[in-house]
Amino acid sequence: MTITQPVGLAPTDRAERLLGGDLTETALRLHLEGLSGVDAVGLEQRAAGLSTRSIKTTSKAWALDTIIRTCDLTTLEGADTPGKVRSLVAKAITPDATDLTTPSVAAVCVYGDMVPYAVEALGARHGDPEKGLVSVAAVATAFPSGRASLAIKLADTREAVAAGADEIDMVIDRGAFLSGQYGVVFDQIVAVKEACARPDGSRAHLKVILETGELQTYDNVKRASWLAILAGADFIKTSTGKVSPAATLPVTLLMLEVIRDWHRITGEKVGMKPAGGIRSSKDAVRYLVTVAETVGEEWLTPHLWRFGASSLVNDVLLQRQKMRTGHYSGPDYVTVD
Amino acid sequence: MSRLTVPKTYKLYIGGKFPRSESGRTYEVVSAKGDFLANAAKASRKDARDAVVAARAAVGGWAGATAYNRGQVIYRIAELLEGRRAQFVDEIQSSEGVTAAQASAQVDTAIDVWVWYAGWADKYAQVAGNANPVSGPYFNLSVPEPTGVVAAVAPQGVPSGSLLGLVSVIAPIVVSGNTVVVVADEAAPLSAISLSEVLATSDVPGGVINMLTGSAAEIMPWLAAHADVNALDLSGAGSLEGAKGESWVDLQLAAAETLKRVVPPVAGIPRPALEGITAFVETKTVWHTKSML
Repeated sequence: MTITQPVGLAPTDRAERLLGGDLTETALRLHLEGLSGVDAVGLEQRAAGLSTRSIKTTSKAWALDTIIRTCDLTTLEGADTPGKVRSLVAKAITPDATDLTTPSVAAVCVYGDMVPYAVEALGARHGDPEKGLVSVAAVATAFPSGRASLAIKLADTREAVAAGADEIDMVIDRGAFLSGQYGVVFDQIVAVKEACARPDGSRAHLKVILETGELQTYDNVKRASWLAILAGADFIKTSTGKVSPAATLPVTLLMLEVIRDWHRITGEKVGMKPAGGIRSSKDAVRYLVTVAETVGEEWLTPHLWRFGASSLVNDVLLQRQKMRTGHYSGPDYVTVD
Repeated sequence: MSRLTVPKTYKLYIGGKFPRSESGRTYEVVSAKGDFLANAAKASRKDARDAVVAARAAVGGWAGATAYNRGQVIYRIAELLEGRRAQFVDEIQSSEGVTAAQASAQVDTAIDVWVWYAGWADKYAQVAGNANPVSGPYFNLSVPEPTGVVAAVAPQGVPSGSLLGLVSVIAPIVVSGNTVVVVADEAAPLSAISLSEVLATSDVPGGVINMLTGSAAEIMPWLAAHADVNALDLSGAGSLEGAKGESWVDLQLAAAETLKRVVPPVAGIPRPALEGITAFVETKTVWHTKSML
């Protein structure tokens, strides 16, 4: 066995600013392992406290619309077809055909090979969610396991960007992270970020999935969040949705606290996306409360906050219909997918 | 040495579990003479909504069970009621102020109603269905299928009806494979609560029968307008009066908005009848080719 010497890491502006220009794995390790430990009991109590808020009437109506506006409507099944992606896009543009005041969702999230169909189906409605249009997000880098060589991960990313994806959801190499090879994870994120570049000089937004369900401890989640931000993530995302537990409120709160700390140090705003397991409007509203109380309400826009969900939108639509008609609605009044 | 009595605070029965009312409200149940008997949960519209969710989730399994199996499960309710008859007689006596003999007769009849409907489980389709005559080489068959989720109100304040009235409403609904959300007699809910305890220990899957206690006048409008309820049984709703003087007709109007099947009120307690079952089924007609040989 050979002991690897400190190696230079691919530089990013963020890491250079915080850790100095001579960026080495040792410096990164010292920073990540020097982070203060997470008070797990306190974190869970804080999250539980935030879930007790009662959001009613006009606040609830605003919250429901915000959930839809910041939702990445997702289909990530082995059985996905172009037809299913087209119906997903139709739903993304017009979530509720019985009520055209319903906002469009922020983005559709699909596998890389489905990006061309999503782009084609969106047509003129493809664009910036802040302007009421719908983005296309693609999962890449051998999603969901991330077990492939870097060359394949980069090719996966480039192909999705070339096909018109506006956002790339990458997974980190959890095996490398858990065995302490922070430099490997860092370099991969940097490389994937470079692969997000388009020929015209712009680049697709990069969301980095930590897969917190596999990271075992809150301390690891905190380290991984810092690592992803230092390596240049535009968004940090909890989970792939393929591992249980997926997004939980305490984990989201912890990641938001890292985002808040980063904003305090640098003034830079990093986005957050909890994904997987958020099925009811009630749950989703708790996440909104947590965002507002942790990083502030200005984060509740599609550029800084997303829900990754497939069935959440239907529940929100049922609640919306209830508020509009005054009586309870049922699953017969929303689309199946 | 004198002993303090232990008055009970009962809960609702939703999805096979016994939750408190989401609203946290309770009301006092009193005997025919006005003495305190127990506290019962006063269900809110959100409890009704939760009950509909539980009932909807249970439809697939219950309607998909074989008719023979449903018959056995319903017969088992009768068996369990028989085993706990003393408790039911006691509760009916105190809440209705009737004699032991009258209470006992009501429990007997309620048990017989369960047995009567249990027998119909695998037979009603033969009577209500049909092989239709056609002039071609194929079969044309009409078969009854359960409607889905039924919201019902038990007879309110009918003499000798706190158990029998409730059973006469829910048994014909569930026998064909429907699930039910039922609001018990507001003034005399003890039999309904004890029946929930019987159901919870019987073989009836959770969510098939959901029992709400509280004000039917308050809860029924929400169930009547609920888009995920398929039918409305107003057998026991004749005497209902809402806060603004609404009657059961307003419930029927609300139900029409989402095209529900509605059974209007009857005087007293519904009699056991095949029509009780066929009121909550839909007829499906299919054809199938015949051999030409």
